[in-house]
Amino acid sequence: MNFLILLGVIAAIMVAFRLMNILNISQELSGRDATEELHKDVKGNAMGLIAFMVVGLILFFYMIWKYMPLTLPVAASEHGVRTDNLLNINFYIIIFVFIITQIALFYFIWKYQYRKGHMAYFYSHNNTVEIIWTVIPTIVLAILVITGLKEWIAITSKDNTDGMNVQVYAQQFVFLGRYAGRDNTLGDSYFRNISTENPLGLKLEDKAVNDDIIAKTEMHFPVNTPIMLNINSRDIIHSVYMPHFRVQMNAVPGMTTNFYFKPTITTAEMRKKTANEKFDYVILCNKICGVSHYTMNMKVVVDSKEDFVKWLKTQPLAKPAPTADNANASQTVKEIAEAVK
Amino acid sequence: MVFFVLTGGLSGTFSNLLIPLQLGARDMASGFLNMLSYWFFFGSCTVMTISLFVEGGPASAGWTIYPPLSALPTAISGSGAGMTLWLVSMVLFIVSALLGGINYVATIINLRTEGMSMTRMPLTIWAFFITAILGILSFPVLFAAALLLVFDRSFGTSFYLSDIFIDGAPLEHIGGSPILFQHLFWFLGHPEVYIVLLPSLGLASEVISVMSRKPIFGYKAMIGSMFVIAFLSFIVWGHHMFMTGMNPFLGSVFVVTTLMVAIPSAVKVFNYIATLWRGNLILSPAMLFAIGLVSFFISGGLTGIILGDSALDINIHDNYFVVAHFHIVMGASAIFGMFAGVYHWFPRMFGRMMNFKLGYLHFWLTIICVYGVFFPMHFLGLAGVPRRYYANTAYAGFDSLFEINQIVTVFAMIAGIAQVIFALNFFFSMFRGQRASQNPWNANTLEWTAPVEHLHGNWPGAIPTVHRWPYDYGKPGHHEDFIPQTVPHSQTTSSNRPDDH
Repeated sequence: MNFLILLGVIAAIMVAFRLMNILNISQELSGRDATEELHKDVKGNAMGLIAFMVVGLILFFYMIWKYMPLTLPVAASEHGVRTDNLLNINFYIIIFVFIITQIALFYFIWKYQYRKGHMAYFYSHNNTVEIIWTVIPTIVLAILVITGLKEWIAITSKDNTDGMNVQVYAQQFVFLGRYAGRDNTLGDSYFRNISTENPLGLKLEDKAVNDDIIAKTEMHFPVNTPIMLNINSRDIIHSVYMPHFRVQMNAVPGMTTNFYFKPTITTAEMRKKTANEKFDYVILCNKICGVSHYTMNMKVVVDSKEDFVKWLKTQPLAKPAPTADNANASQTVKEIAEAVK
Repeated sequence: MVFFVLTGGLSGTFSNLLIPLQLGARDMASGFLNMLSYWFFFGSCTVMTISLFVEGGPASAGWTIYPPLSALPTAISGSGAGMTLWLVSMVLFIVSALLGGINYVATIINLRTEGMSMTRMPLTIWAFFITAILGILSFPVLFAAALLLVFDRSFGTSFYLSDIFIDGAPLEHIGGSPILFQHLFWFLGHPEVYIVLLPSLGLASEVISVMSRKPIFGYKAMIGSMFVIAFLSFIVWGHHMFMTGMNPFLGSVFVVTTLMVAIPSAVKVFNYIATLWRGNLILSPAMLFAIGLVSFFISGGLTGIILGDSALDINIHDNYFVVAHFHIVMGASAIFGMFAGVYHWFPRMFGRMMNFKLGYLHFWLTIICVYGVFFPMHFLGLAGVPRRYYANTAYAGFDSLFEINQIVTVFAMIAGIAQVIFALNFFFSMFRGQRASQNPWNANTLEWTAPVEHLHGNWPGAIPTVHRWPYDYGKPGHHEDFIPQTVPHSQTTSSNRPDDH
């Protein structure tokens, strides 16, 4: 079979070469030189380009109309609504510039296509025009930079200290969650402490660990409560991406990264809004992390505050429960100590 | 693609072809460096090809090879022997790029023929010159980054690795930072974008001017904007790293510098459009591809304004939006510039013309397919689909996007097949194409004064002397619509102007 395919490909190439030979001979027989040949083709290509522009722009708007409803639903976080507005303003500006410049480009090609005996207009520079079209983009960009940075500074501000501390812990190819508990302090951890019982490598001697709660299959957030994500990774770089909240931050081994946000729409409300009974928020891994990168995600649920507390109470403590071996060992230590006394 | 096709294939081939011919030099400044550069590149390609066949597979951590993924074979199998060979290949590649770059700069500064002042050089040469400087300044940083990665991988150092627990056991590495690698990588990585793009813009400038039969608009502004782009490219690398946990204030600085790049880019686009205005446009295949380049440069460049804005980048970072953006603005643009260059200088290379009809067909299929592939991708990005996913099946929310993926796939396959037309045309025309005349496009630059036969030393007799800038097209008062650079002003008294240079 492979041999046949190979033969087929070789035959196709030979046929193509033959056809090209014929094409070339016919061109030579026509007696036109290359330049004349080119001049003759200008009209067709110019028409093609203007048609390409018109059809292209129609498809551009058609696809926006058809596919924008498939993109992310309304932002489910406080800052997300603001960045979405900003994104829309940016889109209006760039679509405007896009249409003007593309039309100019293709229209000029059609308008000034080759005409026999015609000379181009010798025009090598014009300082006034050049200054104008340098200054206008500068002003527009300055406005975009300032509005963009205002949001960026608000999102990343050091003053965002009122959040509920939640850890998202990434490893190949799952996410784990940890809630700080009553003291709102996540207990310390160290990578050498990691074991099957202690997947987060918690330092058991740290008192802040005692009330920490672990979430292994899904994470819940209370609605309208600021959340401070504390993001870690145990092995390689992952990325915590929650597109519906407009949240993204890498998980980097050896350091903690943060993201502060406030979910504003519960899962139930979002299901109504999107008219999709099965809708769920999600954390996706957004930094290539190995062969199963594409399956690395975790379900996220936004509850009312009461439901959140109810759910949290059903989750296990992060501190590993003493196993039988552990208990025996400590018993033995106790006995030895008493014997020595 | 980024390194071997768009760096080696684009600036490597066209610099070596056009720099001596357009400057009026017998050869590159150092033939020896030229040869070394070639053989290092050859070695690099060989090693890279071998790496496809080793146990564990080729390097699989993406072209950005972020550690720890690229450093730990336990994290992904391609980070074993495949990654080692990748690094060896890149080291050879960097040496090749440096030797080549030094040679380009030396030639451009020293071997210009009489009368060829810097401001009489074609924009292609300016583009190669600035590209070479960029490469010389940025590639050594990648070399350092790769070397440290080799140390981490093979000699147990901890430059990039720290606090890692993998495969059931903690590793010894302590105190390094994977973010350090990203800083070093993108210090090359961003200038690399312009190392790829500037030669294409240079080739397009030349083609657009020749085929418009009109001087390039704002010659000095074009050179200036290339310098500004090149300078800025060194201080914008952080926009690849907004989401790494880098200090947010540092992020803000990179937002400002990044969006500043839009200004010289806009100037270039406006100048291209102004060059077309009131021209007498001949739509050769090269010209069509140059027009395609300008169209892509606009489309892809504009979405860069959104990606460069850190607050907006949060939600489109590393997803299909950025895939669409950079494939249009640096992938398709650069490739289109390369095609424009090949179609335009093919007669110079082989003394024959490429078939026009097949060239048109190639252009039309390619431009339609490129937009067909990459425009719909913006919607995938806005729907939050991450890049580098093997399949979009793990999260049910992506199921509704099936149709968009289908469109992308169909166009991508057609685009791939369309390139066969180019390959056939290229090899066929090399042997059987129509014979080209001395100056088939009626261009002004020096390469069209050299005989079609390949001679050692380019010109049989004396090297031509240059009397004017390369863009005297459509000059009023002259009997033809072009005046080659070798024609002295004394012979064109009817068309001389006070601002000639």
